Amino acid sequence: MLHIYCPHCCEYREEEEFHVKGQAHLARPLDPEACSDKEWGEYLYFRKNPRGLHHELWVHAAGCRKFFNVTRDTVSYEIKEVYLIGEKPSVVAASVSAK
Amino acid sequence: MQHYSGFGLIKHSLSHHENWQRAWRNPTPKKKYDVIVIGGGGHGLATAYYLAKEFGVTNVAVIEKGYLGGGNTARNTTIVRSNYLWDEAAHLYEHAMKLWEGLSQDLNYNVMFSQRGVLNLGHTLQDMRDIQRRVNANRLNGIDGEVLDAKQVQELVPHMDCSANTRYPVLGASWQPRAGVARHDAVAWGYARGADAHGVDLIQQTAVTDLIIEDGACVGVKTDRYGEIRADRVGSVVAGNSSVIAAMGGFELPLESHPLQALVSEPIKPILDTVVMSNHVHGYVSQSDKGDLVIGAGIDGYNGYGQRGSFPTIEHTLQAIVELFPIFSRVRMNRQWGGVVDTCPDACPILSETPVKNLFFNCGWGTGGFKATPGSGHVFAASLAKGEMHPLAKPFSMFRFHNGALVDEHGAAGVAH
Ligand SMILES: Cc1cc2nc3c(=O)[nH]c(=O)nc-3n(C[C@H](O)[C@H](O)[C@H](O)COP(=O)(O)OP(=O)(O)OC[C@H]3O[C@@H](n4cnc5c(N)ncnc54)[C@H](O)[C@@H]3O)c2cc1C
Ligand SMILES: [Zn+2]
Repeated sequence: MLHIYCPHCCEYREEEEFHVKGQAHLARPLDPEACSDKEWGEYLYFRKNPRGLHHELWVHAAGCRKFFNVTRDTVSYEIKEVYLIGEKPSVVAASVSAK
Repeated sequence: MQHYSGFGLIKHSLSHHENWQRAWRNPTPKKKYDVIVIGGGGHGLATAYYLAKEFGVTNVAVIEKGYLGGGNTARNTTIVRSNYLWDEAAHLYEHAMKLWEGLSQDLNYNVMFSQRGVLNLGHTLQDMRDIQRRVNANRLNGIDGEVLDAKQVQELVPHMDCSANTRYPVLGASWQPRAGVARHDAVAWGYARGADAHGVDLIQQTAVTDLIIEDGACVGVKTDRYGEIRADRVGSVVAGNSSVIAAMGGFELPLESHPLQALVSEPIKPILDTVVMSNHVHGYVSQSDKGDLVIGAGIDGYNGYGQRGSFPTIEHTLQAIVELFPIFSRVRMNRQWGGVVDTCPDACPILSETPVKNLFFNCGWGTGGFKATPGSGHVFAASLAKGEMHPLAKPFSMFRFHNGALVDEHGAAGVAH
């Protein structure tokens, strides 16, 4: 059971009050019509899915119903930080993660 | 390979079963193979077996970071069925079903395939319409299936509460008599033994840590234990860890890895001789030959590689089971565990070429790939042998998420199985 700090309610609440909405910081293409099939498909379906640090979007569904971001370790499940929409994460994976 | 038989059992009993040959060798890898399969789960081992046996490619290594079958293969709840809605999926799963039906003989290994039938319950009018549609589609594809009403379901499963008094009354079900369960470990071990006998090297306790890519083509792998091992073709069959291997190749997959949990009860006397699944109340249950109730349901919503999930998920699962079977309410649960399943947006697998030449992926089976093990291994082996995807695999390219040709099986794959 995860205990999650809602930055809007300023309280720790149990996981069951929340829903996870997947990878954070996905920007919808500004002009979808201008996207190639590949670009649009990648935006819709392709995900980072890292083994380790992950930035994800959560919603306090059975509480304030507001969205926020979480940085979480997908192996230990430890929550490293909670931050607001529009903010950047301060805990990030070592920059070599691309390869 | 030592042939297994009833006679052999008697013969070995004379020497107190101390002289059985080892089921497979434990070799040191060569420097170079024709094909490397990453991942020694059921699918990887089946791939290696069919490569060597059917397609004549015997210079093959399977590289497994843990022990054979220790991933989802040994963690699943063993439901086998082929009643999928769309032609592409139905053909693939039915291909597997046909192989299941002769598998113990083919492998000379008892995989305890038991065709005890599977019920998919309907609890709403819409459920029943979907069931009608799916069963009709199945029958058009030559797959057995019937639509049952609540009374017929009750006759098959007398201990289930099919009365009108429940919150979500059972209105009926789809019934696939040829479906059932199999012994998961035996599937991995049977394929491993068969592959080894045909010359495949099974390399355990060895993790692939990187891919060797030269001029845009994959030419081998780097391992933590044996350094570089080269190959003409590499097939990745690592289920929940597929995105990790893809990242080594420099691309992303349309996958997310989630915990999927299951649990078994203490052994009880025979009470359930088929498999009951419900998408609507969301749970499924069967009884193993040992007598344990084998229970599962859905994934944990968050991404996770930890092979464990959260308690509320199994609590919901058991609520559903007790709703269906009030008689189970005081059965104690013995063990609970989790696997890492690679879920795909359309609930169908990925059998595919990749942006890297000579690198192929078999993944995305998510919550329901055990049933496909023989078929998946067979078509993936054919693809690796030829360097081109088998016709049954073609619709499952990863690039369908670029061109939009998804195969939406969320209806038939609704509850995790
Ligand atoms: C709880 C649960 C219940 C399920 N119930 C059902 C069911 O009832 N019916 C059904 O059809 N399906 C079910 N499934 C799904 C099914 O288990 C899987 O789809 C199937 O077993 C996948 O087989 P696999 O061989 O591809 O993967 P796995 O058995 O997971 O094998 C992958 C292997 O790759 C290895 N590996 C990973 N990374 C590396 C690396 N870097 N180097 C080397 N090796 C690596 C792993 O150690 C592992 O052994 C269930 C799954 C779970 C978790
Ligand atoms: Zn809140």
